[in-house]
Amino acid sequence: MTKARAMNMTAGTGLLEVSGLTVQVATPSGARTVVDDLSFTLESGKTLCIAGESGSGKSMTALSLMQLLPKPMARVSAGTASLAGRDILALSEAEMRQVRGRHIGMIFQEPMTSLNPVLSVGKQLSGAISAHGGLSDSTIRSRALELLDQVQIPEPERRLKQYPHELSGGMRQRVVIAMALAQSPQILIADEPTTALDVTVQAQILALIRKLQADLGISVIMITHDMGVVAEMADDVLVMQHGRMVEHSPASVIFSKPEHAYTSELLAAVPRLGEMTGTTEPKRVAARPGTGPEKPLTAEPLVSVKDLTVRFDIKGGILQRPVQRVHAVEGVSFDIMPGETLSLVGESGCGKSTTGKALLNLIPWQGDIRVGGRPTYGLGPRAMRPVLRDVQMIFQDPYASLDPRMRVGDLVAEPLQIHGLASGSELEDRVAYLFKRVGLSTDQMRRYPHEFSGGQRQRICIARALSLSPKLIVADESVAALDVSIQAQVLDLLQDIQNETGMSYLFISHDMAVVEQISHRVAVMYMGRFVEMGSRSQIFENPQHDYTKKLMAAVPVADPSRPRRAFMEKAEDLPSPVHGLDYVPPRHTPYDIGGGHMVWGDRKEINTSGSAGRI
Amino acid sequence: MLAYVARRLIQTALILLGISFVTFVLLYLVPADPARQIAGRSATAATVENIREQLGLNLPFYEQYLRYLGGLLNGDLGRSYLQKTEVSELIASRLPASLLLMVGAIFCELVLGLTMGVVAALKRGSRTDDTLMIASFVGVSAPQFVIGILLLYVFAVKLGWFPIGGYGTFAHLILPSITLGFLGAGWYSRMMRSSLIDVLRQDYIRTARATGLTRARVLFGHALPNAILPIIAMIGIDIGLFMSGIVVVESVFGWPGIGQLAWQAIQRVDIPIIMGVTLVSACAIVLGNLLADLITPLIDPRIKLR
Repeated sequence: MTKARAMNMTAGTGLLEVSGLTVQVATPSGARTVVDDLSFTLESGKTLCIAGESGSGKSMTALSLMQLLPKPMARVSAGTASLAGRDILALSEAEMRQVRGRHIGMIFQEPMTSLNPVLSVGKQLSGAISAHGGLSDSTIRSRALELLDQVQIPEPERRLKQYPHELSGGMRQRVVIAMALAQSPQILIADEPTTALDVTVQAQILALIRKLQADLGISVIMITHDMGVVAEMADDVLVMQHGRMVEHSPASVIFSKPEHAYTSELLAAVPRLGEMTGTTEPKRVAARPGTGPEKPLTAEPLVSVKDLTVRFDIKGGILQRPVQRVHAVEGVSFDIMPGETLSLVGESGCGKSTTGKALLNLIPWQGDIRVGGRPTYGLGPRAMRPVLRDVQMIFQDPYASLDPRMRVGDLVAEPLQIHGLASGSELEDRVAYLFKRVGLSTDQMRRYPHEFSGGQRQRICIARALSLSPKLIVADESVAALDVSIQAQVLDLLQDIQNETGMSYLFISHDMAVVEQISHRVAVMYMGRFVEMGSRSQIFENPQHDYTKKLMAAVPVADPSRPRRAFMEKAEDLPSPVHGLDYVPPRHTPYDIGGGHMVWGDRKEINTSGSAGRI
Repeated sequence: MLAYVARRLIQTALILLGISFVTFVLLYLVPADPARQIAGRSATAATVENIREQLGLNLPFYEQYLRYLGGLLNGDLGRSYLQKTEVSELIASRLPASLLLMVGAIFCELVLGLTMGVVAALKRGSRTDDTLMIASFVGVSAPQFVIGILLLYVFAVKLGWFPIGGYGTFAHLILPSITLGFLGAGWYSRMMRSSLIDVLRQDYIRTARATGLTRARVLFGHALPNAILPIIAMIGIDIGLFMSGIVVVESVFGWPGIGQLAWQAIQRVDIPIIMGVTLVSACAIVLGNLLADLITPLIDPRIKLR
């Protein structure tokens, strides 16, 4: 390691110099260039962010530097990448192996799948440490413990024996980072390392990477689509579009005076936390004053949920009796008014999706849910049908929620047929109308889902949800899988539909900035409960609960001039929602601190803001 | 874990009860008359009637079944009609030979099938891959008696490398094992190929490669332990396949196992033996599956038996 470091000192400031990198992918219609003549220099000890939307070629760039492109489909067709005087793109597999891990370490997007499920953490980490051999078992072990400590994993001894499925996403990503750093490389390539993580965990991991960089003096190539992450991390920024570099400047320049139109567009599309301060209506309504339907304040709630509780039994023993219980949702109550958007916000596992599913009776639940005054408890599929005409759902993954073997026109027509609302030419007209409504052309109706992009598919899902003219749409992370520019378009579409038809939304999201744009009211969930609920401005401008504050503080802000957050203490896992059968969950009562702003928990703790109170 | 095994064993007992009932019904419905078989062609009607009386064959169906079940609960599989010996003794004397053949066959299957699958996966899209997959296709589709007779003709008759049939030495074991294992090898090579190709595409393989591990360490340390998981479940199911194969293979090679015993008993409508062999096979299949389910969590830590 010291030799390698010394080498890089003598190589001047340019640690890795990439020039003319071109990557091609074989397609049935011939080779397609996905990275086109890309050149950049990675300075020693600096962070270069490669930013761009999906399909911009940023991940392909990273993989080609490691010679990990999925062969034989993708290959580097031209260019050099000079590391300490050697062109690493021209190395043989055996020589390249010496570079991987030793000179360049890499971490990946999806911590849930980046670790081998059948090997213990210790085994995988030892493998990474001893990849190039020549180490004794005790050296490997002490190095493994040292690495886990470096990536701030508590109880490293115990973790070595654990398997990936026993760790949370954030912990797994820390293990992957430890593996990448195992042989002290000078360069760390991080490919969307925090995209799959919750915001609070994302903030921890980003801070960890910054700390490791400062402590170990490594250079980082960070690949991301999130301009907030760019602002948090970058010294230099390289913006890519369709495989080409559109702009390459220092971070401060990119954000203050972007040169290229695409960069400006990308920055404009990023929802920023706090940009709605001082308004009460969602963004789209505020943008077009007077077009929104007048909301009668005294109207009956469209949906009224009282004391919703969802628990799942874990079975075991000879007779498969319940032995433990997952408390997914505990005593949640809320109303949704006609024409209103209520957002449920919280981190993964907090019960927000479960709450949404309960509204459609997709899971068994306890409590009282009324849709338009009708109680839905215990309704069978047939009795539930009229309720489902009023409540529809859009799911997170537009790739998985459309049957790949059905034409998209049929997919949109299906709900109408199931409910017997239209047939023949009337059905066709209705579907054509829906396609136009969501901004698709009617000639696309006869195509199959795989022929559409992610954003188009989500539009198809919206058209399907709209087909029954519901009064409420439950949108479960419906824009989370989309690029920012597409995300902005879909959010606009949802708001336009609301302005036109008076639709209500239950908008489920982990993204505070998106929630701020679209909501009338917001409920913050943690561990199956609401911790705070109120109007958009109450929650975002005057957050009371510690957890709400923590969530907001964790959102990366697309402004590099803001001071970067200090390093946080050791990682912590969420408490488990699994309890014994005799567990009686404590009842929390909300306090109304004025104007319908509800906060759950102890009054004292709420008032002592910033204390290390419970969350 | 113990609770899991206990529950599975209770399930096994219920499965065996069901199988015994279905087999008994089927045999009851068979038009052949066991009493006539035992008595022989020249026997008088009175003799046949006498035998029928002795064996309880003229009792109503449910009574016959309950009597059989009663014996079964006492560990009594009944007596063979023709050989005048306890069925349990007959099976016990034949079982070791069959088990030996099965072990040989599983070995052939795994060695042949897994190697072919791994090589094909690593060289996917190449001519080697195509050749191996055609070979596996032959293995899957060719009937076992054809393969058996072909192997006998080439290696025993023409080349004289192996004995033509019988039982006793290691040389006797080889051709029957290959014949019985060939079908499974075909399946396993295909499964292993697709499973390994799938695993090699996974993110964790990329992670392992990014740390600079050698190809061999990535393959043996990271890929194979994952790729083998579906195969293990398959081995459990396979024991069922063996049970049908064993009847054919033992007849072709004159192997004195329970397959041959069953074949002879079926020809002579020796109901107690047919019942006994069926129950033993059913036991083997259920226990094979149980074993596979118990081994899987040793390799895959995500699976917990409850």
